[in-house]
Amino acid sequence: MIKALLSLMVPCGSVLILSACQPDIPETIQQGMVYCSEGSPESFNPQRVTSGTTIDAISQQLYDRLLDIDPASGELLPALATQWRLSEDGKTYWFTLRPDVQFHHTAFFSPGRTLNAKDVTFTFNRITRTDHPYHAAGGAIYPYFQSVDWGSLVKAVVAENSNTVRFELSRPDSSFLSNLATDFAAILSAEYAEQLLQQNQPELLDQRPIGTGPFFFKEYKKNQFIRYYRHPEYWRGKVELTQLVFDLVPDNAKRMAKLLTHECDVVAYPRNAELKLIAERPDVEVQSQISMNVGFWAFNTQKPPFDNVLVRKALAYAINKDAILDAVYFGYADKAKTLLPPTSWAFYHDLPEQEYNPLKAKELLAQAGYPNGFSMDIWAMPVQRLYNPNALKMAELMQADLAKIGVKASIVSFEWNSFRRKLSEFEHDSVLIGWAADNADPDNFFRPLLSCSAAESGSNRANWCDPNFDTLINQALLTADIKQRRSFYLTAQLYLDEQMPLVSIAHSKRFQAKSVKITGVTINPYGGISMAAARKSL
Amino acid sequence: MMLHYFLRRTFLIAFVFVALTVLAFSLSYLFPGEVLNNVSGLTTIAPEQQQELIQYYALDQSVLMQYLGYVHRILAGEWGLSFSSQQPVLTEIIAVFPATLELAGYALILSFILGIPLGLFAAVKADSFFGKLISGITLVAYSIPIFWWALLLIMLFSLTLGLLPTAGRINVLFDIPTTTGFMLPDIWLSDISYKSEATQDALRHLLLPAIVLATYPTTVMIRFTRDSMLAVLEQSYIKTARAKGLSRAQVLYHHGLRNALLPVIRQIGLQFSTLITLAMITEIIFSWPGIGQWLLDSIYQRNYPAIQGGLLVVSCLVIVVNMLTEILHTLFNPLARKA
Repeated sequence: MIKALLSLMVPCGSVLILSACQPDIPETIQQGMVYCSEGSPESFNPQRVTSGTTIDAISQQLYDRLLDIDPASGELLPALATQWRLSEDGKTYWFTLRPDVQFHHTAFFSPGRTLNAKDVTFTFNRITRTDHPYHAAGGAIYPYFQSVDWGSLVKAVVAENSNTVRFELSRPDSSFLSNLATDFAAILSAEYAEQLLQQNQPELLDQRPIGTGPFFFKEYKKNQFIRYYRHPEYWRGKVELTQLVFDLVPDNAKRMAKLLTHECDVVAYPRNAELKLIAERPDVEVQSQISMNVGFWAFNTQKPPFDNVLVRKALAYAINKDAILDAVYFGYADKAKTLLPPTSWAFYHDLPEQEYNPLKAKELLAQAGYPNGFSMDIWAMPVQRLYNPNALKMAELMQADLAKIGVKASIVSFEWNSFRRKLSEFEHDSVLIGWAADNADPDNFFRPLLSCSAAESGSNRANWCDPNFDTLINQALLTADIKQRRSFYLTAQLYLDEQMPLVSIAHSKRFQAKSVKITGVTINPYGGISMAAARKSL
Repeated sequence: MMLHYFLRRTFLIAFVFVALTVLAFSLSYLFPGEVLNNVSGLTTIAPEQQQELIQYYALDQSVLMQYLGYVHRILAGEWGLSFSSQQPVLTEIIAVFPATLELAGYALILSFILGIPLGLFAAVKADSFFGKLISGITLVAYSIPIFWWALLLIMLFSLTLGLLPTAGRINVLFDIPTTTGFMLPDIWLSDISYKSEATQDALRHLLLPAIVLATYPTTVMIRFTRDSMLAVLEQSYIKTARAKGLSRAQVLYHHGLRNALLPVIRQIGLQFSTLITLAMITEIIFSWPGIGQWLLDSIYQRNYPAIQGGLLVVSCLVIVVNMLTEILHTLFNPLARKA
């Protein structure tokens, strides 16, 4: 009995004959990788989601985009489109498609042809054209494209011939190519969609995906795992991993335990507090990557006293960012000067850093007419996000800082859904929240966070609508010349520093912990993780 | 005589089922939200759909008709949709329930294998050191909170020694097609080339959860076997048998064991509901994808149709097992039939 138990505990019977270990295990298991993810995907179509968890699991693994972003430089690279060109007036784009790109061959679909222009028009017309057979499937929800106002920007997507696609825009938009390179702009198979229509099961398009990516979909067990196999005819060349499994482990501690017992090869989002501990182990490696995000403190600029710029500046002087970086981010973040992270090409390097100076803060408050301070609320988001791992703790630190200048702050928090609803109705005084970029374009920070249209739609947490600022960011989009764009964005950052509708606090790094046997798993600063180049040494 | 007994039992069980379905049926009305959403499981109902659904679910008729319709749908396998996934609740239950049965089944078997011999030993050698040791350990094991015990075992065997996995039913890289939903039979029925490795891996995953879950029933088994054996050994027929010249082993086996195990059979039925509760806790700790995890998720998500269906299945199972052990007990014990 005891012997039997022992033999179970020691894999493959005996430790001594390691060379003879696992003789019959096929390659799909030996060369398979387990990625332990923090949650279940909502859909298998990137067009339909915004959550980073879902994008990590589906986008780079199953699909390709017309263009890619070079993670190092932020430049655009050819992907499914080999070349692209722009008309004189900046309103028409032509893309030449890569020849011989194979779609996945699975148990439920056998492709009859390679990628052509029909697949591209199918993919993008689904978003905008209401007469498209799939437009309304699943409720016509395309959150990313709706947020960048794709519907009013893109007038038509036309297949000129089998390998050329034309995009007609209603106005020049220099962030258009960046949008095509995001993880959301994945190219679907029109042939598969047609087959599903004939089978009268259109809903399966978003549940049993077919793409051109490095892995194909095998099965998904809700709350348990997603199983992918290697796409043998991937256009970028051979994928080393034979199998890729996303093990869904929402519990942080369990994910960590599974890394230590080697049940997981790679673990998403280890807790900052545990990074030091696991980095000491010889079998585990911690990777970090600057991520395009920002955690900030936004004031409701329509509500007194926050409509007074002196008050906003005073509050900015009162906050000790260094203490916050230590206690909340455990030092794993960069102090923020402005909304943009330093890796962005439009970042204003010479912008003076916001100084911590309670005396100056008091002076400014007195100038603004509040020599004895006032009372205010700080809303702290109830969930953990990369850009703010612990908003409640941050709020407590700020509460103490503010008390020094005579401002009495109370901390407010709700359940996440009602929190966001109340925020978009602008019930708050100030809020601790943040933003993670979807693409490399600086517009992706300014427009969704601080433009007037964002104030209308409710995503502008500062409720700040300033025509000067809007003009700056609109002008930046009308030109494709990067130097000109840069100068507009520098002015915009300077203007934000003067007006202080929000205090940028930190740009957090993104971490993952992995077994030393695994190499080639890259975290992309602009979005999803990619496993195409991963390999496992035995 | 036996027939009469079965009839009485059947009536009783039918009555319990009616009571259960009434309870489950009324939940649709007691849960917050619209009754129509709760019974159908649809999260969004278009206005033009509404009238049709009201007629289909007989919501415009008397409560009795609604109840009869509900029972009819339950029997027809139409249990409504889950709020969170919009998939049929019954399909989801069928997908997760075998995992729970498997875990509980192995734990129960383990508790028989360990519990009965140890209990007998503790009774026969009641005054020896080992007898007292067994009784002592049993008391400690009976009192340990199961989640703490599970964490201790994970700490030792998984995190410190690195011998056993911490979660799941099998290494996720093993692609075992689901046929029955039970892991070991599925491995044997599949056409994979690495059956023995897969079996070994599945057993390694099973070991810790099964030990944790078996702890409580084993202690109950030991205590009951011991007490009932001690009581039997006091009986005069045992003394008579010894006086007739039978050996100690013969007496124990032929006269002692059979009589002593009768109350133990009954205990299985009585302890089964506790076992299922403990199985749910074990599932959460070991991320075992069974009905316990599923039900808890449903509760978190306020997924009323799923809670309703899950409760119905779990309580039916407990009642059926109770009934079966009662019947077994009666078959083995002529005295109980008369009573």
